[in-house]
Amino acid sequence: MGVQESYPIDVAAIREDFPILDRKVGGDFTVPGEGENDDLPLVYLDNAATSQTPRQVVDAIVDYYYGYNSNVHRGIHHLSQEASVAYENAHDRVAEFVNADGREEIVFTKNTTEAINLVAYAWGLEELGPGDTVVLTEMEHHASLVTWQQIAKKTGASVEYIRVDDEGRLDMEHAKELIDDSVKMVSVVHVSNTLGTINPVAELADMAHEVGAYIFVDGAQSVPTRPVDVKDIDADFFAFSGHKMLGPTGIGVLYGKEEILEDTSPYLYGGEMIRRVTYEESTWEDLPWKFEAGTPVIEQGIALHAAIDYLDDIGMENVQKHEELLAEYAYDRLDEFDDIEIYGPPGDDRGGLVAFNLDGVHAHDLSSILNDHAVAVRAGDHCTQPLHDKLGAAASTRASFYIYNTYEEIDKLVDAVDDARQLFA
Amino acid sequence: MGMGSDMYRQQILDHYKNPRNKGEMEEPTFSHTGENPSCGDTITMQVRLEDDGETIEFVAFSGDGCAISQASASMLSERLQGTTLSELEEMDTDDVTEMLGVDISPMRIKCAVLARQVAQDGAAIYEGDLDVDETTTEE
Ligand SMILES: Cc1ncc(COP(=O)(O)O)c(C=O)c1O
Repeated sequence: MGVQESYPIDVAAIREDFPILDRKVGGDFTVPGEGENDDLPLVYLDNAATSQTPRQVVDAIVDYYYGYNSNVHRGIHHLSQEASVAYENAHDRVAEFVNADGREEIVFTKNTTEAINLVAYAWGLEELGPGDTVVLTEMEHHASLVTWQQIAKKTGASVEYIRVDDEGRLDMEHAKELIDDSVKMVSVVHVSNTLGTINPVAELADMAHEVGAYIFVDGAQSVPTRPVDVKDIDADFFAFSGHKMLGPTGIGVLYGKEEILEDTSPYLYGGEMIRRVTYEESTWEDLPWKFEAGTPVIEQGIALHAAIDYLDDIGMENVQKHEELLAEYAYDRLDEFDDIEIYGPPGDDRGGLVAFNLDGVHAHDLSSILNDHAVAVRAGDHCTQPLHDKLGAAASTRASFYIYNTYEEIDKLVDAVDDARQLFA
Repeated sequence: MGMGSDMYRQQILDHYKNPRNKGEMEEPTFSHTGENPSCGDTITMQVRLEDDGETIEFVAFSGDGCAISQASASMLSERLQGTTLSELEEMDTDDVTEMLGVDISPMRIKCAVLARQVAQDGAAIYEGDLDVDETTTEE
């Protein structure tokens, strides 16, 4: 039936901070009682793709551009000092948020994808070779799957995939079999963006470390939705994206253990990342700047700081609880129907997203009809094509939730799905 | 709740639920398959020409995918009968949306034009103007 437990957070107050949620969309069909071509209030359920942005984050961007826009590090004028301090502080704030030891361990990138590529190129190309193995999971996002697959091809290393079982969980026995002495890197997704599975990454880190391998955790879906402690996990590398956690696009974070980053060569060369340059030789700047060549993502870093402040004000435990309530409610409501197949673990054990298919209706048709109801979801393979092949589905429809979503919005989703069912019956 | 959108007007749903000319044809003059990997839509178009080598006598299709892609193939199979290869070659995206009779959102246009692209690629390969390996049924 779906139980509506009371929210752990003040959703109404939070919604006030997101002007976009007042938008109306759609309106290309007639809803009885609402007049012809009336637009409908947006129901935004595509948060796993990108989250919306609160005023506080936009304000931080405006303050920066109107108040102290300047390049960092190179200038000793007033604005450059302010910008530099704000940009460096953003690294400290991110470090604190995921319990890293300090800014040395926090590299700003363009997104999660670039963070994975950074390690794959800077570490992988150097360290991998024939006879070495990279272990991934069958539920990996293309961001890591394609990257390691291609680096393996370049280096002669091989790639193995930890099996996903029928409930959408990793087969840990299989993981044990795969993670042997040949393994140099285990790269796993923390929370699956398709199945919603929360993977036992700390356990996998132990397994990796036992054979002397590193573990890279893709936290694109975990950092926005739950408290994350990179030390608890004992991750060697960890990555996430600002735009999925109330921040802007154009910024991602690579966490790396300091001693490993120290030993790793730069990925991009140029200004800002050097200490001393002659016509013959160059030496590198300290961490993390060694990995941030050229003018960095100043605005985005400052905005990410504001986004983290916003999330911390709510409290990540509360964010997680809210996600869990909505995920379970959505799962239970969709699970009432025999013609709906939901992928991944049960409703009470998953991240805040539900990917599913309605019998006889292609995911793209379904999402088009949901769009007519102003319900924004994602349809496709969610950058997990091999996983969809395994599930026997060309595509699926995914609803994903965040702090501003409500039970009523999930009801609208279910009603809209019913409309599609009628239309295609 | 509403009766569904413009994009799914009766015609498309009708062709999707009751596809015309769906199945395998005996002795087609040419046959070609293409897919939209991002959607998983696949379409095979089979064409039989008349003895003049130009007039399209019969078209059949088979495939899997969303309503837009499959209805578009079904409609195209009817529409092409009695026309010519050069008319097929000249069909553009506007002709397809006109045939479908609905506004197709930019994100879905790939689904709508897949059948036409497969048929055009098949014709071009048949006429020796295109190498199978170069077919771009994705775009
Ligand atoms: C699990 C996972 N990994 C990686 C990514 C890639 O993130 P980005 O596109 O920001 O690089 C995403 C999101 O698309 C994701 O969900």
